[in-house]
Amino acid sequence: MPQRFDLFQGTKRYIASPELRDAVNVAVALARPLLVRGEPGTGKTLLAENVAEALGMPLIKWYIKSTTKAAEGLYVYDTVARLHDSRFGDKDVRDIRQYIRPGPLGEAFRAEQRVVLLIDEIDKADLEFPNDLLRELDEMRFTVQETGDEFVARQRPVVLITSNNEKELPDAFLRRCVFHFIEFPGAELMAQIVRVHHPDLPQKLLEKCLERFYWLRENVELRKPPSTSELIDWIAALQRGGLGVDALKNDVPFLGTLIKKETDFEVASAAIHGRTQPRKPGADYRWR
Amino acid sequence: MAMNAGSTQATGVFLDLFFALRKRGVPVSLQEWLALMQALSLGLERQTLTGFYHLCRSLLVKTEAHFDAFDEAFLEVFRGLELPIDLPEKLREWLADPLRWDRTLSPELLAQLKTLGLEELLKMFEERLREQQEAHHGGSHWIGTGGTSPFGHGGRHPSGLRVGGPGGARSAIRVAEERRFRTYRHDRVLDTRQLKVALRGLRQLRREGCKDELDLDGTIRQTTKNAGELELIFRAPRINDVKLVLMMDVGGSMEPYAQLVEHLFSAAHASRHLKDFRFYFFHNCVYGKIYQDNWLQEGVRTGDVMRLLDERYKLLLVGDASMAPSELMDPWGALYRYENDPEAGRDWLLRFARRWPRAAWLNPEPPQAWRHGTASVIARIFPMYALTLDGLDAAIRALVGARRQAPVPAAS
Repeated sequence: MPQRFDLFQGTKRYIASPELRDAVNVAVALARPLLVRGEPGTGKTLLAENVAEALGMPLIKWYIKSTTKAAEGLYVYDTVARLHDSRFGDKDVRDIRQYIRPGPLGEAFRAEQRVVLLIDEIDKADLEFPNDLLRELDEMRFTVQETGDEFVARQRPVVLITSNNEKELPDAFLRRCVFHFIEFPGAELMAQIVRVHHPDLPQKLLEKCLERFYWLRENVELRKPPSTSELIDWIAALQRGGLGVDALKNDVPFLGTLIKKETDFEVASAAIHGRTQPRKPGADYRWR
Repeated sequence: MAMNAGSTQATGVFLDLFFALRKRGVPVSLQEWLALMQALSLGLERQTLTGFYHLCRSLLVKTEAHFDAFDEAFLEVFRGLELPIDLPEKLREWLADPLRWDRTLSPELLAQLKTLGLEELLKMFEERLREQQEAHHGGSHWIGTGGTSPFGHGGRHPSGLRVGGPGGARSAIRVAEERRFRTYRHDRVLDTRQLKVALRGLRQLRREGCKDELDLDGTIRQTTKNAGELELIFRAPRINDVKLVLMMDVGGSMEPYAQLVEHLFSAAHASRHLKDFRFYFFHNCVYGKIYQDNWLQEGVRTGDVMRLLDERYKLLLVGDASMAPSELMDPWGALYRYENDPEAGRDWLLRFARRWPRAAWLNPEPPQAWRHGTASVIARIFPMYALTLDGLDAAIRALVGARRQAPVPAAS
C-alpha cells in the first residue's frame, strides 16, 4: 500500500478538478473500484489513460458492448482452436491450458506490476453484468473451471469504471465502489482544458469561443448540448479555417462540429441568427 | 478536528452523518461506513475540510441524484444545528445575493489569515450569528459577502465556512444553500431498474440470418456419429426479435399517474431488449388519430399505424380506461371536437385487438375499479393488469404467451 495519497495530480494533457483528484487517490489507496459517471464528452475514458500515466502503471482496457459477458473478462476457453488443432494441427491438445486465453481482468490479475484496469461503459452490458463481477472484483481472484487453476491478483489493480447512466447499476455493486460524478466544467476550468489542446490559441479568441459555447449550452434548448470534446474540435476547425474573433460576432461558423442532431441544428441556427423559433410543445420525449 | 477513527467522539459524529443520510433516503450501509473508517485511519482526508467532504461523498453516495441530500446531511451534522431556518430572513436574502465587486486583498492580509479547524470555526460561526443582526459587507469579522471573515461567501479566508453563493478561493466547504446538485435529484417511488428487469421478460430469441455461428454441441454430435471424422455444424446466431408498441393515455384522470407512466416509458425506451419500440399517446380512448407526443399535437392516422406495424408487434396499452360511456360506445363519441371521428372508440379498440393479437392493458387504478363502467368493457377486449410490478410481470407473460383468440365484435 503506497504511503502517499496524492499520487494522482492530473497530467499535462489532462486537467482534473480537485474533487476528481481526491476520488482517484481514495480509490487507489483503498484498492476499491472507482466508478466515474458524467455527461458524455467530459473525459471519462481519457481519465483512465492519464491515471495510468500519472501513476506510471500499464493500462488494460476493457470496452463493454451490449453483448459482452462478464465471464469473457476473466478468460475464454478457445474450444474451436483446440478442435482445429486436434484435427489438423500437430500440437498436443491434451493440455487445455494452452487454449485458455485470459480476458482483460485475467490479464490485470496476472500482470507482474500493479496495473490500471479500465472497464469502459459498464452500463452498455446486460443488467446483471456488474453483479456477475462482484466476487472477482472483491477478492481479486477466480478459478478457471476447465483446469481448476486459480488466477490470483499479484497486486490489486486500480479499477476504473465508467458509466453513462443508461442503466441503473445494482446496489450491491455500487456499495463496493468509490463514486465520482464529473460535473460539466465551468468556464475557468474549461479555459484550462482548451489551453492543453490548443496552446497557441489567442486569449481573445478563446474567451469569445467559450462565450459562444456556453451561450449555446445554456440559452438554447438542445437535445444534446455540445460537450468538451465538441468544443475542442470546433476550435480546431476555426483555427484551420483561419477564422478570428470577428467571425464569431454574429455567427457560429462550423456549427456542425458542435451540434450533431438535425433537430438541434435547426433550433441552434435559428437562435444564432436571432430568429425565434417557437419550440414545439413536446418536441422531445420529456414529460410535462 | 480529530479525524481519528479510534476516537469515540469522532466516531459519534460520523455515525450522526450516517444516520442523517439514511434519514434522507440515501442507502448507505455498514460496508460504506467501514470503508470511510478505513479511509480516515489512512488519513485520506488530508487534514482538510474540502478533502473530508470529498472523501465522505465519494464513499457514501453512489449517484449524483443523492448529492443534494448529502449536502443537506453533511451540513446538518457538521454545523450542529439547523441553521438556515433560524437565520433572520433579511440576512438570508442578503447572503443569497452574490456581491459583484473586485475583492482584492493585500498579500499581507492573506498571509495573516491562518487556517482554522472546523470545530473552532463552527463555534465562532454560531456565536457571531447570534451577535449579528444585520447585513454586513467586507470587513474581517462579521458573516457576509467578500471580506476576510471565515464566514459568508465570496470571501478569501483560506478555510472559511461558506454560507451560500459562490466561493472566492474555492477552499471553503460547500454549504447546503448552494445545493448545486438539486437538479439531479429524483425521488422515485418505483425504481426504473425494476421495471427494466420486468421488461426483459419480453425478450424472445430467434435464430435468423446467415449460418455463421459454430454449433459446438451439433458438431460434437455429428462428429461422434461419423466415428471421429470431424464435421463442423454451423447455425444462425440468436437474435432478439421483440417489437413493442406502447400506447399511453395522458391528461385528465391520468394526471395523478403521470410519473408512474413516465417511469414505465423511460424503462421501455432505455431497454435494449427490444428490436423496435414505438410509442403513441391518446386521451381516454383511441380514435381515428393517435399522437406521437404527450401534448397530443402531432397526430398520425391510426389506420396508418395499423398498416405500418404488423401483427408481430406486441401492444401494451396504459390507461385508467375510465371515461364517459359515450366516449367509448357512441359514434362521434370523442371528447374533443377535433377528433371528429364517426366511429366509436370501442370499435377502434376491437380493431386493435384483431390487428395485434398479443396485447395487454395496464391500468394504474386498483382492480376493484375495473368491475364497472367503461373499464369493464375494455377489460373484455384486452386482458387488463394493474400497473404494478406484479401486474407488469403478468402482462408480459401474456404478451409472450400464445396468441389469444381475437375478440369477436359483439352487437352493442
